[in-house]
Parts: sequence; C-alpha cells; structure tokens
Amino acid sequence: MSGRVPVSMSVDGRTVDALVEPRTSLGDFLRNDLGLTGTHLGCEMGVCGACLVLLDGQAIHSCLMYAVQANGRAVETVEGLTERRAIADIQKAFHERNALQCGFCTPGMLVTAYELLSHGGAPSRAEIRDALSGNYCRCTGYEAIVDAVDQTAKERQKQAGCPQDGRAAAPGGTKDNAA
Amino acid sequence: MKARAFEYAKATSLQDAFDAFARASGDCCYLAGGQSLIPSLSLRLQAPSLLIDISGIGDMRGVGIVDGMLRIGALTRHAEMLTSPEIARHAPLLRLAAPHVAHPAIRNKGTIGGTIALADPAAEFPAVVLALDAELEIAGPGGRRRTKADGFFKGLYETGLEPGEILTAILVRPFDKRDRCAFDELARRRGDYAIVGAGVQGRFHAEQVEALRIAFLSVGPAPVRARNAESAVRGRTLSPAVIADAQATLHLDLDPAEDAQTSRATRLHLARVLLGRLLGKLAREARNEGGRA
Repeated sequence: MSGRVPVSMSVDGRTVDALVEPRTSLGDFLRNDLGLTGTHLGCEMGVCGACLVLLDGQAIHSCLMYAVQANGRAVETVEGLTERRAIADIQKAFHERNALQCGFCTPGMLVTAYELLSHGGAPSRAEIRDALSGNYCRCTGYEAIVDAVDQTAKERQKQAGCPQDGRAAAPGGTKDNAA
Repeated sequence: MKARAFEYAKATSLQDAFDAFARASGDCCYLAGGQSLIPSLSLRLQAPSLLIDISGIGDMRGVGIVDGMLRIGALTRHAEMLTSPEIARHAPLLRLAAPHVAHPAIRNKGTIGGTIALADPAAEFPAVVLALDAELEIAGPGGRRRTKADGFFKGLYETGLEPGEILTAILVRPFDKRDRCAFDELARRRGDYAIVGAGVQGRFHAEQVEALRIAFLSVGPAPVRARNAESAVRGRTLSPAVIADAQATLHLDLDPAEDAQTSRATRLHLARVLLGRLLGKLAREARNEGGRA
C-alpha cells in the first residue's frame, strides 16, 4: 500500500501544503481535500472537459493529472477565476444568452473560453467551436455557448479599442490579460 | 474510474529514471504527459506499482537544430507544435497534423515522445514521423542509440523500445524549399479518433516528384507507409491519372480493420479519397509555385 506524500502548490493564489495519495487525481484533490467543488468531474478519462483547470496558466484536465504532479506548480480553478473577476464578462454573457441548462459542463466551458480569449484577438465562430470541441454539453446544443464566447470576444475588443477583425496579440500566448 | 494505488517517483535525470526502473523490477510505468497513461490507469487496464515521472528531465526538452538535424525533445507538448517557429519552419508536417491531435487541453499536456512511445494506431504523430523519415533517439540503462522511424512501429501498441528504455528525442531532416507536405484525416467529430488519416511529404523538382513518403494512421494495428503508392508517383508529375494510379495501389499496403462503425471496404475507400486530396493539394502547390523553382 502506498503512503501519502507531501505536496506544495499554489491554488487560486494561496499556497497549499498537503499529504496526498499518489493515485489521487488533481480533480479529486481540489474537490475532496480543498472543498473546491466548482471543478466538476464527469468522465474522469479526459473526454468530457468538465474538470478543466489552469496549470501555470494553461487549461488542462484535472482528471488526467495526479495531485503529486502539481507539486511546485500554480493551479487556478473556476473559483479563482471568478474571485479575481477574470471571467466576469464571460459569465455574464453565458447568463444573458442562457448558455447553460444543468450547468454541469459550465466550469470547463468557462476555463476553455478564458484560455481562448486570453490569446487576444476575436476568434471566428469556427475557431470557438474548435476550441470548445473537447467540452461536452448534453443540454444546450452549443449554439448559445458559442454565442456567449463570441459576444465576450467582441466586447473585449471594443473595450480594448481594437478593430473587430484585428489580431491584438501573438497567437499561442497564454498571457493573462486580466492580471 | 480510480487508479489502483501506486508509488510515485519524480526522476531528475535519465539515470535516476533507469535506477528507479531497475529497483521496481519492471513493475512500473514512465509518466510524461499522462494523457493516455492516466486514463488507462483509471480504467485499470494497467496497474503498475510505481510511476516514474520523467516530465522534469531537462535532456528531453527543447526544439532546435543540432548537427544539421531538427531535434525535438520528447517532452515537447503537442500545443508547441502549433506555436514553435522552429517546427513551422523545419517540420511543417508536424504543425499541419497538430490541430487534429485530440483537443486543446490535451495538447497542453500530452507530449510527442509519449504518443510515439505508446504507438496508438489512431494517433497522428507516429504516422507523421514515418512520413518524415525521422530518427528516434532512445536512451536506456546500457546507453543511447538511434533508430529509424521505419521499423519502429511493430504492431498494436508495440514498438522497438526495450524494457526500461526512454524515447528522448525525435530527429528530423529540416524541411527544404524543394519539399512539400500535407496532412489530413477524416473523423466524425473534431478531435475524435480518425476513421483514416494520412501525412505525405516529398521532394519535388519543379512539378516532378523526386521521392515522396506516404504514411497512414487508423488503417491497421500500426501506422503504415503506402510504399506501392509512393512508387507509383516517383519520378512523375502528379496528374489526375498518376494520382489515380497511386490510389489504386492502396489495397496492397493497407489492411484496415473492420469495426462497428466502418467496414473494411469503406475504410479503404476513404483512404483512397484522402490520398487523392493530399496528392491533389501537393500537385496544385507544385503547379502554382514549382515553375519558379
């Protein structure tokens, strides 16, 4: 039987020290040990996308990583993004456009949308669909979700004073434009 | 959906990883990006007593030209294939294939070394390294060796890696201005396993093919070259008739499996369709630009 091992990581800006079993997924650790239940575990095999969190600023599946692997890394959950109002506009657009019904997939959708929009520019609807292709929603049919992300992208562009079709930042960057 | 209990060791060097492997008497797995290994542990298809995390080994990182070859560290993430200027310039076929690899969040974590060492027959990069005529750099307790991608993929999840060995880098001859490449696949939904996929790369003299390599995925237990189709286009201009000749040879090289969704005949047909599209793309490019070469 494997014993618990010490880990230390940053979660939503706070340092967390804990003892974990090596087989505990990051998702289970966030939910069960830290009580951060905004991260949802659906398929637990990297298919549904409900469990996405940011690891050092990049979206990853918290079911496809063990908590021990996050030792020394910075994890940000949907709670952290909400707390620092990094996704307030995306959440508002989801609300206005009714882009959720049961809401199970929404945390993952928000993390994907956050990462996509942090690349800068206004992605096309095809690019939004492509980015969301790893997030399953079984209620809405995606149309409203794509609308909400599209609307947020355009509003951010307007606020930044960029032309609608302009590409503000280099592709592939993961800079946090809300920080 | 929870893995059996295991112990975890983070290797700081290749030697460290080999030592841990020896101590575990082989009842262990190397963990890099984990995007295929972790689901298989969750489904309990595998239950090693030790995971050796090799994701921190510096020797296996970085992309750059070394001794005239593009060296891609095995820990390079799929997402980097889309963003690295070295990949775009020296191995554009990898860049063309990368958007087809799973979904963005998987690409942020999964590694090229991992997908090649696992050799899933539906994975994109194993077929791409075959089309690129890449060499694989492998380290083991006994030292380092290099092997051609040709011959590395032996069967379903079966490769030329010996127990304990680690794939450390992929070496690719840099893309030349006479080279052309294309990649595409047919899948039900974006990011799904392909019904059939293929990568092609060849060297042209104006519109004439000097040599061209064609590698298919998802049409058998391992990625496979379509050698008869390659011969059919060698030394010729990619006219519709030559492309049709190449398509007509595919049954000699591909032995696609039948599954609940796709019959063998359908898969072979789709392979021909795909090859026609890819060679058609190269033909158009050669026609439009080749005259100037």
